[in-house]
Amino acid sequence: MAKLPQDYDSVMARKNEVMNAALSIDYSQFESGSMAFDYEKMMRETGYSLEEMQDIQYSVNVGNTPILELKNLTALARSCAPEGKGARIFIKDEASNPSGSFKARRAANAVYHAKKLGYKGVIAATSGNYGAAVASQAAIAGLKCIIVQECYDSKGVGQPEIVEKARKCEALGAEVVQLTVGPELFYKFILLLEETGYFNASLYTPFGIAGVETLGYEISMQFREKYGKDPDVVVCTNAGGGNLTGTARGLQKAGALDTKVIGASIDLTGLHMASDEAFNLKSCTTGHTGFGVPYAVDPDHSDVPRSAARPLRYMDRYVTITQGDVFYITECLATLEGLEKGPAGNTSLAAAFALAQELDQDQMIVVQETEYTGAGKHVQPQLSFAKDNGIEVRLGDPADEVPGKSVIIPSHPSLIKVKDMDLDRQKKSLIKGNLRKYGTDLTEEDYQYLCEETRKDMDWVKAAVEELKAAL
Amino acid sequence: MAKKGEWVRIHKIILKAEERTGKLPADTQKVPLEMWTKGYLLADAEIGDEVEIESVNGRRETGTLIEEEPYYTHDYGKCVPELLAIDKQVREIVFGGGK
Repeated sequence: MAKLPQDYDSVMARKNEVMNAALSIDYSQFESGSMAFDYEKMMRETGYSLEEMQDIQYSVNVGNTPILELKNLTALARSCAPEGKGARIFIKDEASNPSGSFKARRAANAVYHAKKLGYKGVIAATSGNYGAAVASQAAIAGLKCIIVQECYDSKGVGQPEIVEKARKCEALGAEVVQLTVGPELFYKFILLLEETGYFNASLYTPFGIAGVETLGYEISMQFREKYGKDPDVVVCTNAGGGNLTGTARGLQKAGALDTKVIGASIDLTGLHMASDEAFNLKSCTTGHTGFGVPYAVDPDHSDVPRSAARPLRYMDRYVTITQGDVFYITECLATLEGLEKGPAGNTSLAAAFALAQELDQDQMIVVQETEYTGAGKHVQPQLSFAKDNGIEVRLGDPADEVPGKSVIIPSHPSLIKVKDMDLDRQKKSLIKGNLRKYGTDLTEEDYQYLCEETRKDMDWVKAAVEELKAAL
Repeated sequence: MAKKGEWVRIHKIILKAEERTGKLPADTQKVPLEMWTKGYLLADAEIGDEVEIESVNGRRETGTLIEEEPYYTHDYGKCVPELLAIDKQVREIVFGGGK
């Protein structure tokens, strides 16, 4: 067969065809023809039941991770809280999964599915822990694996955290293709899918997201068994939205309907995610608003036609925290709890530290993940790297932190505060995006869909649509 | 001289600056999209030569030979005194008495 043209426009023109072959999901069956699509049908018909997922995951040593109570960190939070406040803080130690993070749950399902369908290998585009998770699961399944990473700036300087993830992927037998900054990573990704015929182990497929449902379900079961009730709050680090979506769905399946789900992201406002110069001015590479906000308001701009990660459907609150807060809490976890973990997974722990101070002492707040740590992916090299890149690192009030210019480590734990994001604004932004994409002539089904997407009632949605139509 | 069969690292320009898509910030628009990957060298070559490699998956890729037997050098960084300050402070708050 003659080699197909490899230039950018030709490859992108073949994108849909390649993606369909690499996923074996016919997304059109869930489409209404207008704005609405049937999310639950997609999750039901292409995902797995909770029991099936547990069987798949437990058979490859994923899941059933312990819940740890952080008594000393709770004591520290109480020392900063008003009288009687300071909920008990817990973490679910997802770092004890085979690849060192909760992403093993997503990868276990994706790789199982790929093998079942007869694919010889899997490809994932990720600079995060998901790469090692896919590599680990592919190793167990005997499938080939390619991880495509955005890793370097144009000077060839790599983010130490991402370089470490590349090392881990290779250690687990994967081929790692590393790129400089830019969304055209997708172009190389499509070329690789086409060339190899491997499965697209996207983070955003129904089975990938459903794989996280076991996490939420386990939290509820573990708390009921040990403490006789569900936790009051579960905090999820939010980037692409899959962590929060899957966890919340799992909590719902467990019947933990009173548990509040709070998303937390590191505030990187002002840093452009596709900027070559800004790339190494970040002191964290995931769990930040640069992913969290765009994926929340436009879930379908991911690498699948319809993303299964739809966090605005599940979030009760969405808060931000600073880079300095996250580094501080990571250090506290080591020095007070004897647990050395990677900083990114502690985004939600930093938020939980502040949120616990709003709750009563008999309430329980759970951080639903930890991640492994190692060279590069650790408070010390990440802060060293920040200093080397001209970022001011000092003790002070984290409220003064300017992403890309400074990392302000709290001079006292009482300075760690969450900032609430305006969820209504994000929900309106989601509606606006839909009006732009599908037009302003909405069917009843479309209105109903927007109610589900925003978790709002019909009156609110209709008023928002009218307001946004006028502004378009 | 790198020998055929040696484990190497290559570099390649995937898209030249002028071939990049329009929705980029200006600083990214003016630099190429570059790629690095590793594999077994398919013929003897010198650093800087255009070569072909075979990846661990048996996939062929071409590029400029930049490193023989590549290895990682990322580390735990330099001393960050601010972290030491945190340790001292929070142990004092939680356990008190200079413990």
